[in-house]
Amino acid sequence: MSQTPYRIHGKTGEWEVILGLEVHAQVTSNAKLFSGAPVGFGSEENQNVSFVDAGMPGMLPVINEKCIEQAVRTGLGLNAQINLTSVFDRKNYFYADLPQGYQISQFLDPIVGKGVIEITLKDGSTRQIGVTRLHLEQDAGKSLHEHSPKYSFIDLNRSGVALMEIVSEPDMRSPEEAAAYFKKLRTILMYLGTCDGNLEQGNMRADVNVSVRRPGEPFGTRCEIKNMNSVRFMLKAIEFEATRQVAILEAGGTIDQETRLFDPGTGETRTMRSKEDAHDYRYFPDPDLLPLVLTQDYVDAIRATLPELPDQKKQRYVETLGLSAYDAGVISAEKEAADYFDALVNAGHDAKLASNWMTVELFARLNKLGVEIAESPITAAQLSGLLALIEDNTISGKIAKTVFEKMFESGKPAKQIVDEEGLVQVTDTGAIEQAIAEVIAANADKVAEYKSGKDKLFGFFVGQVMKATGGKANPAMLNELLKKQLS
Amino acid sequence: MMTAATHMTLAEARDALKAKKISSVELTQAHLDAIAKHNPALNAYVHHTAEIALAQAKAADAKLARGEAGLLEGIPIGVKDLFCTKGVGSQAASHILDGFKPEYESTVTSKLFNEGAVMLGKLNMDEFAMGSANITSHYGHCINPWKSKTAPEKQLVPGGSSGGSSAAVAARLCFMATGTDTGGSIRQPAAFTGIVGIKPTYGRVSRWGVIAFASSLDQAGPMTRSVRDAAISLAAVSGHDPKDSTSATLDVPNFEAALGQGVRGLKVGIPREYRMEGTHPEILAAWDKGVAILKAAGAEIVDVSLPHTKYALPTYYIIAPAEASSNLARYDGVRFGLRVSEEGDSLDDLYEKTRAAGFGAEVKRRILIGTYVLSAGYYDAYYKKAQRVRALIAQDFKTAFEACDVLLTPTAPSDAFAIGDNSQDPVAMYLNDVFTIPASLAGLPAMSLPIGLSSNGLPLGLQLIGRSFDEATVLNAADVIEREVGTLAPEGY
Amino acid sequence: MALTDKDVKKIAKLARIRLSEAEVTHYAGEINGILKWIEQLQEVNTEGVAPLASVSQQALPWRADVVSDGNIRDAVLKNAPMQNYGCFAVPKVIE
Repeated sequence: MSQTPYRIHGKTGEWEVILGLEVHAQVTSNAKLFSGAPVGFGSEENQNVSFVDAGMPGMLPVINEKCIEQAVRTGLGLNAQINLTSVFDRKNYFYADLPQGYQISQFLDPIVGKGVIEITLKDGSTRQIGVTRLHLEQDAGKSLHEHSPKYSFIDLNRSGVALMEIVSEPDMRSPEEAAAYFKKLRTILMYLGTCDGNLEQGNMRADVNVSVRRPGEPFGTRCEIKNMNSVRFMLKAIEFEATRQVAILEAGGTIDQETRLFDPGTGETRTMRSKEDAHDYRYFPDPDLLPLVLTQDYVDAIRATLPELPDQKKQRYVETLGLSAYDAGVISAEKEAADYFDALVNAGHDAKLASNWMTVELFARLNKLGVEIAESPITAAQLSGLLALIEDNTISGKIAKTVFEKMFESGKPAKQIVDEEGLVQVTDTGAIEQAIAEVIAANADKVAEYKSGKDKLFGFFVGQVMKATGGKANPAMLNELLKKQLS
Repeated sequence: MMTAATHMTLAEARDALKAKKISSVELTQAHLDAIAKHNPALNAYVHHTAEIALAQAKAADAKLARGEAGLLEGIPIGVKDLFCTKGVGSQAASHILDGFKPEYESTVTSKLFNEGAVMLGKLNMDEFAMGSANITSHYGHCINPWKSKTAPEKQLVPGGSSGGSSAAVAARLCFMATGTDTGGSIRQPAAFTGIVGIKPTYGRVSRWGVIAFASSLDQAGPMTRSVRDAAISLAAVSGHDPKDSTSATLDVPNFEAALGQGVRGLKVGIPREYRMEGTHPEILAAWDKGVAILKAAGAEIVDVSLPHTKYALPTYYIIAPAEASSNLARYDGVRFGLRVSEEGDSLDDLYEKTRAAGFGAEVKRRILIGTYVLSAGYYDAYYKKAQRVRALIAQDFKTAFEACDVLLTPTAPSDAFAIGDNSQDPVAMYLNDVFTIPASLAGLPAMSLPIGLSSNGLPLGLQLIGRSFDEATVLNAADVIEREVGTLAPEGY
Repeated sequence: MALTDKDVKKIAKLARIRLSEAEVTHYAGEINGILKWIEQLQEVNTEGVAPLASVSQQALPWRADVVSDGNIRDAVLKNAPMQNYGCFAVPKVIE
């Protein structure tokens, strides 16, 4: 590893941070995990609720085949072991958003076992982060607190929606690694189509386990920071929590194993008030459900439908298309960006040209507008039009930037803008030579200086010829012809 | 006319309706009159649905006139309070479900109504199906229509948990009553009231809409006055239900057509471990009588062993309470039923007060035990251990069925006892289920039918246990016994 | 192995059932009696015996991913002892 390891600098020395993530990802499906009610979002309260979701007397669960498929697909995307037999257990506890008084989950025998996710850090280095397991479970409902000071109101729309809980090994050692893992996992899920990765809606959230230790010593007691759905806040929370723990330990105290929440307002983590002593969940196999049995054929059939995943794409971009690892990483990090890029390459454009235009011009513009590539005002087809004009020398790269701006502003296609504004570059050698001759004639003194060794003046001449051609001279041609005339 | 109408068997009533000798409205009214007369003393019916019944009867008469009769067209029945019946009180005889009227219909009652059955009302039971005497009901005890010759002044228990169902059928207040059986709750009350009750193979009948007690054991089944009636009713309630993941994807045989095959060559197993130390000699004598009847009819009597029998009771009393403790967590005062809460209470106060006030002592006891045996540190020693022993018990039956086709045993260790005579020791009460529990643990079909009377003049029953999904053999063997013994009826109904 | 009153209180808390002191002692006695009787299971040799997953002989059935339920809010709320804003009402929960 090329970069220096992340450390908390305490009063008595340095501390290492041990991080593990438990990510809850909402499964993309039409109906819920064990009921036929819709998954949906933004519906009125308790509209997406069946009697099963409401835990009414006599109701029974029946598993949704799509959720099984999505879990297996995700497991394969994580290079994980698929367990052909798994068991659903009841996790028993009382809470207002849990109508049955238990959550159907998987405890000892999850559907997916060990896997791995490769993360890439800012310095370009990669690390393998272990995935311990993935299991299916029900989501809980929501409590609404704002209506009344005395009562909370329970909306069960989310109750029973399928979640994949993805648990990492405690392999991460810095906030950056944790953030990279979370983002990479999100990308993989979105590539697979198994979770939409919508963080605002809480469709993907992470519980971050944080502990500290002096390098080389055994793991310390960990605390869990719950329900993080922002990378920015995750970074802050980890730093605060690790620092908090170090301060306690250096003062001679011990860490209480507890569940905490991050408060974005204060930038601090605090104990969750409602969680008391450790819950005894009394897990046991749900007697309303039989063991889930998959065949190898079933798993193989899903494997055959997997899309090219981010790591594979990145590798292909570097090895086959000649992109830099950095650019390949940036483009493959988001499925929509990769699709956009693939469309450009498939249209026949030079990969490096396409990648430059995306990573430098397009992304900058989109960031400024605060818009995702999926909502880009310029589609891949439209950018393709611009790239075609560059590649066939109709316009120079410099002019293209101007055209690009105008495409954003007007929504017009590239060719139309070039034609309307007369931006076709000059490739007529005669015209360029004429302009060069005029410039040389008007600057005899500078020509003499150049010929006597002041090479830097070449740029002056380039600029003057460009000006004379209204900026439209083909730069490569200009250079070549100018060199000839000045030699 | 009124007496004759309610005295028929279900099969006789079915034929009479088809032959237009009587209408469903007449039949229903006769039952409503009988209920008005006898129910106050028995407390079998706890919700009355006279209006619904008469409307259903009218519709049934119209269908009968068109020749479109379902399996139970126009037949008045009673429904155990454990079944969710749409718009009608369904409380599992518990205070915690006060006022609960489901907005959905259980699969079993759906099927019954589709087949034309007429619902007279909901029937008493032990709270949440936990009990063997119907003495834990929030509606008050149910009284056995039978009286002891030797102590006629005493009120006797009808058995449980389907006490109301058995009492109503025995007292001719319906032709059939739905019951549920988790550890014997159809069979034992059937024995105590001299009627027929069958617990089907686990998975034969849907559990959707049956208020859950112990999910891996609960099964709904019919209680009737004859074996034929049970066969007819069983077909009506059986069948795969996609809403129940434990429901068997098997076709439903014509159980009635399977009757009358005789038992020549049938191997009847007598498990030696059921001859328990201290069993009342009259029970053993009744058992011998059953053996003799089948032998005389050409059956081969085979001695078999079910070595883990004595461990069935403790196994059940770990597994059933464990599942119940989880199934009953939903009764919390939030979405239905009783809510006990005061200004300033926290959420936990709401839960704790509601459940303290809403559950009876037996239910609390089982929830506490169930919670304990699942708790951290005890799961392996209790629940997991019990499930291992359960596997051995199931294996015992599989092995026994290599040597025989059906098993014959007593149903209950005594005849019906008096209310108040039962011990205060919970374990003593649990011993009532000693003969019925093993078949529940193994998920096998088992039924009880009357074999005769005790010296107290009270009914005694015998149990027949069959292979998985072989209710036909069980019913057929029972039919042979019934042909010899006849049916029993208490006086005065 | 016998349960103390303290043990019973813990269990009652897990089960969310409020018990008076007298009830705690009473149930402790009864439960201990039952547990003692259950102890005999330890005699059984279950070496190598898998816990019975289910008496059902089939595998878990799957259903198609179609919306076949929901949109029944009134029915879901019908039996609620306390409700408002289309939701079930509970005493305020602070997270």
